[in-house]
Amino acid sequence: MTRAYKVYSIENGTVIDHIPTPLALKVISILGLGSEGIMTIGIGFNSRKHPYGKDILKIENRELSHDETNKIALIAPDATINIIKNGEVSEKRQITLPSEVRDILSCPNPNCATNMLGARKHFMLENKETVTYRCRYCERATVVNADMLSKK
Amino acid sequence: MVSFRGRSIVSIRDMTRDDLIKVVQTTELVKRGELSGFLEGKTVATLFFEPSTRTRLSFESAVFKSGGSVFGIANPKASSQSKGESFADSIRTVSGYCDVLVIRHPVEGAARMASELTSTPVINAGDGANQHPTQTFLDLFTINESFGRLDNLKIGMMGDLKYGRTVHSLANALSLFGNELTFISPPTLQMPEHILKELSDRKIRYSSIADLEEAENSDLDILYVTRIQKERFGDPQEYEKVAGIYRITQDTIRMLGEDVRVMHPLPRVDEIAEEVDTMPNAMYFTQAHNGIPTRQALLGLMTGGLD
Repeated sequence: MTRAYKVYSIENGTVIDHIPTPLALKVISILGLGSEGIMTIGIGFNSRKHPYGKDILKIENRELSHDETNKIALIAPDATINIIKNGEVSEKRQITLPSEVRDILSCPNPNCATNMLGARKHFMLENKETVTYRCRYCERATVVNADMLSKK
Repeated sequence: MVSFRGRSIVSIRDMTRDDLIKVVQTTELVKRGELSGFLEGKTVATLFFEPSTRTRLSFESAVFKSGGSVFGIANPKASSQSKGESFADSIRTVSGYCDVLVIRHPVEGAARMASELTSTPVINAGDGANQHPTQTFLDLFTINESFGRLDNLKIGMMGDLKYGRTVHSLANALSLFGNELTFISPPTLQMPEHILKELSDRKIRYSSIADLEEAENSDLDILYVTRIQKERFGDPQEYEKVAGIYRITQDTIRMLGEDVRVMHPLPRVDEIAEEVDTMPNAMYFTQAHNGIPTRQALLGLMTGGLD
């Protein structure tokens, strides 16, 4: 019997699963994937890990690099990445937090040079367990949250 | 081999233990008068985008004493920033006029940003609530001058430990040497959790108390006092209550032990009674004066004159 997919399978590209609902659109924003072909988004699937459900993102004909997928860890550390080639999973990829993050995260300190003087946003990993990053400029350490994602 | 030549001094976080020892040792030689004239032919610019007379005069005195020349702005209203020039443009322009840029700015991270805009070395003379590394250098020098070492000391820090950048940087620097720290503050102004976490990670022993009397038998070598700022309290009565508890008098010194040395980054308001000034325990004026040889040493190291 053919299984009825709620989100259609893709032939080639990248599947990101286990994104906590409702962060799928934030993941697209982190990856800067505004207008790069077809993406399918599923929101609010049942999940044991995520009490409010999980989102799934399928990006057609685009194999994300390791640097790109690691950025996802900033807001969805439990996300899983599958690279699909010719309809088969060719790689199951682990994600790890990047040691440095440029441009993506905004410093929540209003008196930081990134907010006041136009310094380029730049964070360094401080603590992997708590996903804490330290701003290179004002040196404040912050646990990353979705509000810190830059609005481009 | 530690070298400061051409390096910017932005944050204590960038410093290794060896860096700090190098600054302290060089300051010692400068203070003893064994090194002089090492800034001859060098020009230092002091760009103070917010007023701080004490720090600026201290830098300027340090330059003159070492044979260099100094120019700068003391008042942001008098600079081209008031005509709308961007911070970045000011830095790029002035950096071509000098060998070292000393910057004070109300925005946190301004000095880091400046150091990335120019190859001229930058000294951070205070960026908002963030860093003021030369204050920490002179604190370390004063401790070393008094005790002959920077390790195995029992150091109490008292006052506004939540917002005070001086105590944050000093705790960070002292943690590189292995000292025992006691934090004395009202519950609302305690040392931030992230600093305590860093101390734990470095296996530094520390304790937090609210009442100075609890430190009676703790054998403190140093009590580092900071000002409790009135503006941190919504209710002036609350401030008065707290300020009264954290006031050092001759009796407090006797309670803590005759050998305790009292330090303070200054300016003080009334957290140390004037009657303490004449006691041999009072270190704070010596500490302030040590700012000169410390800044001389640093400038000498950065420009190569003492490298």
